[in-house]
Amino acid sequence: MTPTVVLPVIIGGLYAAGVYLLLDRSLTRVLLGFLLLGNATNLLLLSSGGAAGSAPILGYGDPEEMSDPLPQALILTAIVITFGIAAFVLALIYRSWRLVRQEVVGVDEEDRRVARRSGMDADEIDPDDLAPEDRPAMHADTLAADDDAERGLARHYSGIASDDVDLPTPRSNP
Amino acid sequence: MLAVLLLHSLAAVLAPALVRWWGRQAFLVLALVPAVGFGWLLAQLGTVTGGGEVLESVPWVPALDLDIALRLDALSLIFALIVTGVGALVLVYCARYFEPDDEGTGRFAGNLTAFAGSMLGLVLADDLLMLYVFWELTTVFSYLLIGGSGTKLAARRAASQALILTTAGGLAMLVGLIMIGETSGSYLLSEVVADPGDGPFLVAGTVLVLVGAITKSAMIPFHFWLPAAMEAPTPVSAYLHAAAMVKAGIYLVARLAPGFAEVPGWRPIVLGLGVATMLVGGYRALRQKDLKLLLAFGTVSQLGFLMVLVGGGSRELAAAGLVMTLAHALFKSTLFLTVGVIDHATGVRDLRRLSGLGRRLPALAIIGTLAAASMAGIPPLLGFVGKEAAFTALWDGGLPDRTGAVVVLTGLVLGSVLTAAYTARFLWGAFARKPGLDPIEPAELIHPPRALFLAAPAALALTGLLAGPFSPLLEPLVAGYADDLPLIAPEAEKLALWHGWQPALLLSALTVLGGAALFAARTVVFRTQRRLAVRASADEGYWNTLQALDRLAVLVTGTTQRGSLPAYLGTILVVVLALPGSVLLFRAPWPGEWRAWDSPVQALVGAVVLIAAVLALRIRQRLSAVLVVGVTGYGLAVLFALQGAPDLALTQFLVETLTLVVFVLVLRKLPKDIAERHKPHERAARGVIAVAVGALMAAAGAVAMSVRTATPVSVDYPEAAYDFGGGQNIVNVTLVDIRAWDTLGEISLLVVAATGVASLVFLRRRTGSVDRLDPVQLARDERTSWRAPRGQWLSASAALAPERRSVILEVITRILFHTIVVFSLFLLFSGHNEPGGGFAGGLVAGLALVLRYLAGGRYELGEAAPVDPGLLLGVGLLFAGGTGVVGLVLGAEVLQTAILETTLPVLGDVKLVTSLFFDMGVYLIVVGLVLDILRSLGAELDRQVDEDDPIDVAPDEVILR
Repeated sequence: MTPTVVLPVIIGGLYAAGVYLLLDRSLTRVLLGFLLLGNATNLLLLSSGGAAGSAPILGYGDPEEMSDPLPQALILTAIVITFGIAAFVLALIYRSWRLVRQEVVGVDEEDRRVARRSGMDADEIDPDDLAPEDRPAMHADTLAADDDAERGLARHYSGIASDDVDLPTPRSNP
Repeated sequence: MLAVLLLHSLAAVLAPALVRWWGRQAFLVLALVPAVGFGWLLAQLGTVTGGGEVLESVPWVPALDLDIALRLDALSLIFALIVTGVGALVLVYCARYFEPDDEGTGRFAGNLTAFAGSMLGLVLADDLLMLYVFWELTTVFSYLLIGGSGTKLAARRAASQALILTTAGGLAMLVGLIMIGETSGSYLLSEVVADPGDGPFLVAGTVLVLVGAITKSAMIPFHFWLPAAMEAPTPVSAYLHAAAMVKAGIYLVARLAPGFAEVPGWRPIVLGLGVATMLVGGYRALRQKDLKLLLAFGTVSQLGFLMVLVGGGSRELAAAGLVMTLAHALFKSTLFLTVGVIDHATGVRDLRRLSGLGRRLPALAIIGTLAAASMAGIPPLLGFVGKEAAFTALWDGGLPDRTGAVVVLTGLVLGSVLTAAYTARFLWGAFARKPGLDPIEPAELIHPPRALFLAAPAALALTGLLAGPFSPLLEPLVAGYADDLPLIAPEAEKLALWHGWQPALLLSALTVLGGAALFAARTVVFRTQRRLAVRASADEGYWNTLQALDRLAVLVTGTTQRGSLPAYLGTILVVVLALPGSVLLFRAPWPGEWRAWDSPVQALVGAVVLIAAVLALRIRQRLSAVLVVGVTGYGLAVLFALQGAPDLALTQFLVETLTLVVFVLVLRKLPKDIAERHKPHERAARGVIAVAVGALMAAAGAVAMSVRTATPVSVDYPEAAYDFGGGQNIVNVTLVDIRAWDTLGEISLLVVAATGVASLVFLRRRTGSVDRLDPVQLARDERTSWRAPRGQWLSASAALAPERRSVILEVITRILFHTIVVFSLFLLFSGHNEPGGGFAGGLVAGLALVLRYLAGGRYELGEAAPVDPGLLLGVGLLFAGGTGVVGLVLGAEVLQTAILETTLPVLGDVKLVTSLFFDMGVYLIVVGLVLDILRSLGAELDRQVDEDDPIDVAPDEVILR
């Protein structure tokens, strides 16, 4: 099938405008870009689906000359869905405006927080930096002893060889 | 065998309920499950010692050739006896270890029983992948059992450490197993061991499998997870971390040794790590003051010992290894259970605080001493028999390389000296009277142990005692496995307590005496240990690795996730340009010839669309920008019509109109202009990307148009549409019949979008229909005049402020509303044969509602559609889905269409196509969507203004911003 010049140019123009708007921080412009992209894509689908023809309705023309009905069915639902999504984004815009008086896609604070993060989850901290009762039982053996506890133990239970720090309390204490 | 495994899993599922009904006594019932397995295994003893084996195979995933293949031979039987026997006794022990009011006992019982089943499956599995599945199941249950309730940080960390290490090893093992399976051409363990094949792939696979074995069996440098796992309750330590799970690595090495011992790398890894682990474990056990930790390091040490024996690859070492494995399971679980009793009775496990407990609990002391004597290798216990056999084996041969044998023997003797020393330390710490420390008084015993509590350790200790003199009885069973391996010593020595005066006896005496000497000089030993101590350990290395990973993750995330949506989108688009773009540039078949246009009108409309698109970029006034974007939409509708798609044109036109209305509804609340927030260089970058993407898509479109050569899938649609779908509008039949599944998914998406809109706008409540006028006022109005009164063309427009009313609009609405609704129904019903259908009909009905709302305000909307939009959406979905289900019930395909044709009086021929009901569902959903949007973005926004609804949040209210 011989391509036309007009349709690719329209598709390209709509895509370019859509992408430019999509890269904006203003949600309204993002949504407008989204709509343009939707239109461009529908046109791309339809044009690459075959040459123009008569309406795909029996009785309107010869089936040989009909345009391809399948891309049309796909595009039809796509149009309605685009409307649903557009309404959803509009609701987002409104909510954002109502609650924080802004309709821009700001910088994601959570991402910035991750980038700045210095502390870690408790499960990843070096055992030496934990409270003695939170260290794994065997970690006592790494000689990172709590000196005060050590001295106290030595005073109370002299003569018993050990370099371990205090242990987790046993389970069945009353 | 499968039945026993299923019994375990059933018991595990029921365990929490049983514990809820019967409290801790439920453990006694659960203990029956492994006991049944134990009994069944004993019944197979004759078959197995006679050289036979029990096989079971059930197809599991036939497509992958994966069977549940189970096989019981001598090696499996010994391990299975340990798993079930110790398992049953530990469960009995649990019935007294836990207090009636302990939390989480039900979960614990379930996990422990499930673990017992997985472990049994592991030693019975004959399929490499089944083995892996059971292997990982034991890891998971070990994780759950160590972590307990998850409230203790130390337990959580110990659990995840064990999980990470053993799963890492397990994954390496999986790769290794697959390599081995592919090399040998079979995934059946028995066949693989019989004929492993050869080549570098096999060597790599073997090393990887060994990685799995050494992590699971806590060999250095991965030994530290085992002592850390002592956070778990004592029954878990006794069962998983002494008798069963840590033996999985030993089992795997023993299982593979007959076929793999000669593989390069096997002996250096197994023997080197085994000896080193034995020495390090013993050395560190000597300086522990917590009885449980002492035993844990002792276990590490003994596992090293076992690894050497079963991995040596000779008949005599393997036989010694099996006996030692059995002995270790018996004495180590006894010792753990003993510590559990001490802990339970006194609340103390610290050997510096226990004193004189031997006199207080003599029975326990006897049990503990018996087990400890077995551990130290004192006759007549089974531990002595095993150690003796090991020394003899290495003295006479054991390994192909004599020098290696001597080195290993020296290592084992040294390790055994340490074993004897920490055994003495254990006994002294647990039971002895210590000078300067008051003995434990009877009153200090919180829970004096009762008979049932002591039953399990007593049974295990007695077995260890009896098995020594009766060890010749084990010979046939042990030989059943060991005979698969080559004999290196001149002759095979039978198992027995007494072999006469021989070098090994001397070595045994040496180990006991050396251990006693080390214990006697414990103060000096401790000082030396302290002086030699280094501030580095494998554990530190593990945490440092994890921390480094964490920092790397933060670094990568922080670098790549900049938190800017335009930056993300830009990155994605640049990748699109780089990859598909370059393909398009270099590989695509460019069209050879072009046409300017299909028709001049097309070019004209195209120019309008493009001008509108450019204007959309430049206009900063919100409403104008929306209008020009709308122009592109209407232009598109014309292009659709020109292309031969009347349905698309109609839908596009309707949707574009509705979109404009919805935009206006929201934008009236926003500032008039859109502020520019981008620096010039940002705009330039956006422009470059945008133009490039536009060019790319234009080129893609042109190429796509020119390269169409295959016959479209839709070539038969016209015929099918009429014959099966009963309609002439092929697009509509495609939607409601040929591709109805697609449509069902898409209308579901509409329901989600509608619900989302409502949820975003209604901050506090999100159900119910649109507000209506006060019924009292309404009733009064109706009383005064049955018909709409003059000046009030619409029923609720009176509620609007006079300056917001438009009489012309009201009149037009009054005249047109019902006509439009009827037209929408016409579109719905005629859509099967003419342009239209559920989508178009629904949109037209939606426009009618828009008209009512615009003319009469929010109460008018309530009067026009006094129904909850959610109800419309739900009923619509029910219609569409129900059509499919009905088709299924009537014996056809889902969503298949039936054509009912009949002749009725008056109406004449009537043709009913069932897909009409599907289309009605679509219609209702589209109407529901529009109504929901009007209710949210229209009526609710009005209400918020009218009633001055504050957005200040009540103290206990959560509104997600």
